[in-house]
Amino acid sequence: MLRFLVRRTLQLIPTLGGLSILLFIWLQRLPGGPEYALLPDDATAEQRAQLRRSLGLDEPLTVQYLAFLRNILQGDLGTSIQTGRPVVEEFFTRFPATFELAITAMLMAIAVGIPLGYLAARRRGGVLDFAAVGGSLLGICTPVFFLAFILKVIFAERLGLFPSAFRLSPGLNRTDLSGFVVLDGLRTGELDVVWDALMHLALPGLALASIPLAVIVRMTRASVLEVLEEDYVRTADAKGLHRRTVRGRHVLRNAMLPVVTAIGLLTGSLFAGAVLTESVFAFPGVGSFVYGATQTRDYPVLTGFILLIATMYVFINLLVDISYSLLDPRVRAQ
Amino acid sequence: MPTTPSAHNPEGSPVPDAESAGTGGTALLGRKAAKIDRLAELMGPRDEGTHGAGIWRTAFSRLRRSPMAITGAIIVAGFVVVALFAPLLAPYAPTAQTWGDEVFPNQNIFVGPRAENWLGLDNLGRDQFSRMVIGARQTLLVGVVATLVGFGVGALLGGTAGAAATLGGRWGRTIDNAIMRVIDMMLALPTLLLAVTVAALIGPSLTTVMLAVGIAQVPIFARLLRGAMISQGNRDYVLAARALGVRKHKIALTHILPNSLGPVIVQSTLTLATAIIDAAALSYLGLGNPDPSFPEWGTMLADAQRFLSSAPQLAVYPALAIIVTALGFTLLGEAMREALDPKLRK
Repeated sequence: MLRFLVRRTLQLIPTLGGLSILLFIWLQRLPGGPEYALLPDDATAEQRAQLRRSLGLDEPLTVQYLAFLRNILQGDLGTSIQTGRPVVEEFFTRFPATFELAITAMLMAIAVGIPLGYLAARRRGGVLDFAAVGGSLLGICTPVFFLAFILKVIFAERLGLFPSAFRLSPGLNRTDLSGFVVLDGLRTGELDVVWDALMHLALPGLALASIPLAVIVRMTRASVLEVLEEDYVRTADAKGLHRRTVRGRHVLRNAMLPVVTAIGLLTGSLFAGAVLTESVFAFPGVGSFVYGATQTRDYPVLTGFILLIATMYVFINLLVDISYSLLDPRVRAQ
Repeated sequence: MPTTPSAHNPEGSPVPDAESAGTGGTALLGRKAAKIDRLAELMGPRDEGTHGAGIWRTAFSRLRRSPMAITGAIIVAGFVVVALFAPLLAPYAPTAQTWGDEVFPNQNIFVGPRAENWLGLDNLGRDQFSRMVIGARQTLLVGVVATLVGFGVGALLGGTAGAAATLGGRWGRTIDNAIMRVIDMMLALPTLLLAVTVAALIGPSLTTVMLAVGIAQVPIFARLLRGAMISQGNRDYVLAARALGVRKHKIALTHILPNSLGPVIVQSTLTLATAIIDAAALSYLGLGNPDPSFPEWGTMLADAQRFLSSAPQLAVYPALAIIVTALGFTLLGEAMREALDPKLRK
């Protein structure tokens, strides 16, 4: 197990290294180079040349790359053009909001998706199966931002059941411990804050959950169908094990393997989906900031955020692999 | 795929062999060669019937019976026909603000469906139906080009990696490893962010959307083709070809590759759906085609969001069009996947 962990962790180095090279090339290829992005349009050629020197842009590419890499490793990803604050700081002040949103969406998707997929597989060809499969196909084909808009118009603006924007109602008193509103509220016992935050999370969470939900339903259904056909399930049934034992220990546990992988990969992609959802609900997270950055061409923010999100994605993949090897001993042996 | 043995017959290898064996043995060897050819001829068609075309033929016959596939095919066919003949079907020019004096968005005055404008007018007094029809064209173009980009680059990378891994020996495995690390890196960038990166780099345009969406699909195609090629590489027919001394690049191109394309083709159908949805998302983010003379469903949907509470129909038409088209491609792709999956063949 330890060897597997070490080997799998070492594999991250080339991936992350390559990613940094990719982003470095991307920065090089920016229209007109960084000095055009950083200086106002009416800057003189003299000013540009000076900036190039001060940024080390006249050095050979390898030297520039090493400097770029050193900055990254020291946690320096540049400064946002929009706000003038360090990119890393911008990211981590917004990250808790997106994290709460992503977790909410994922919990919704898992809580509904796995039971629904399981029941659809058990009643294959039935009404529930048809509805689950049809619904999930529809979910995959609906643009997230449109769904978010529909939810906002119907449930927030027309019916007024939920707030239509932001993380918390304005004027709410709360003690800020970590930026994680729900967690802070639970720790300090401010239950009104928790409730308010959850109400704000409901609609964007639902919109963001649509695609993972659809994928989880279909993966669970397909996987359960496959496992139900296995010989060991027949054996377990034949030797008279209690139905619940067979379903729980034999069917569900084995069927969960591909679903766990999918959940891991989907969690990573939620950050991308959050760009759309957060901008619809003016949710002050990482996603709406990326949206703002695409509008204003805030390149340091774009590169920095992409690097951070991709790094997180790579680590989530690592966690998926580890949980996979815990569930399935065969993976470790390879 | 399989060359019929009779094609070899007139100038194939048996004839020169027989000649070189000398005058005495010619008749005997000639008869033997003819016998073998006859045998191969007898075996040939039957072989083709049960193996070569069999998978595709049974898959097709199952597709014809699947309601999912038929629904998907009808939607896709309808969409393609509308897109191809768009200029003939659209009653008005999509940019003509002919009825501009009847619509006042800031006073919430919109015109719904009526005899001359089947789907009503948009916020600038243009015929919504014509814009939808012309928009189908742009949407099809974006979907097809993006899929081709993803398919082309992905298949090139994945095919090289797969061929190197199965036939290249130690060096091949190194090449495969190097390519797959690059693919893993691309896979680590969430699709939409990758697209946003590309779009931010080359500015908002239709090309941007097509490239961005296409590049985001590259790692999926590459992984899929490589996986299929590696699993095909262990088959007996590859071993047989190697034993016969067929050149490696020929084995990869004419034996392994054609047999590995099934999952990739299925994926292209599904990718068309993803591409249409992703393109809409990019348009919503303001990275789509800024030229108003080419209406596109994604841009129309994004523009209509502003009037969602007063004129929801303006958003609902393009949204429905996107959902139904994507659903059509998805249904067709899923049905194809099921039809080609040997596990489900019972």
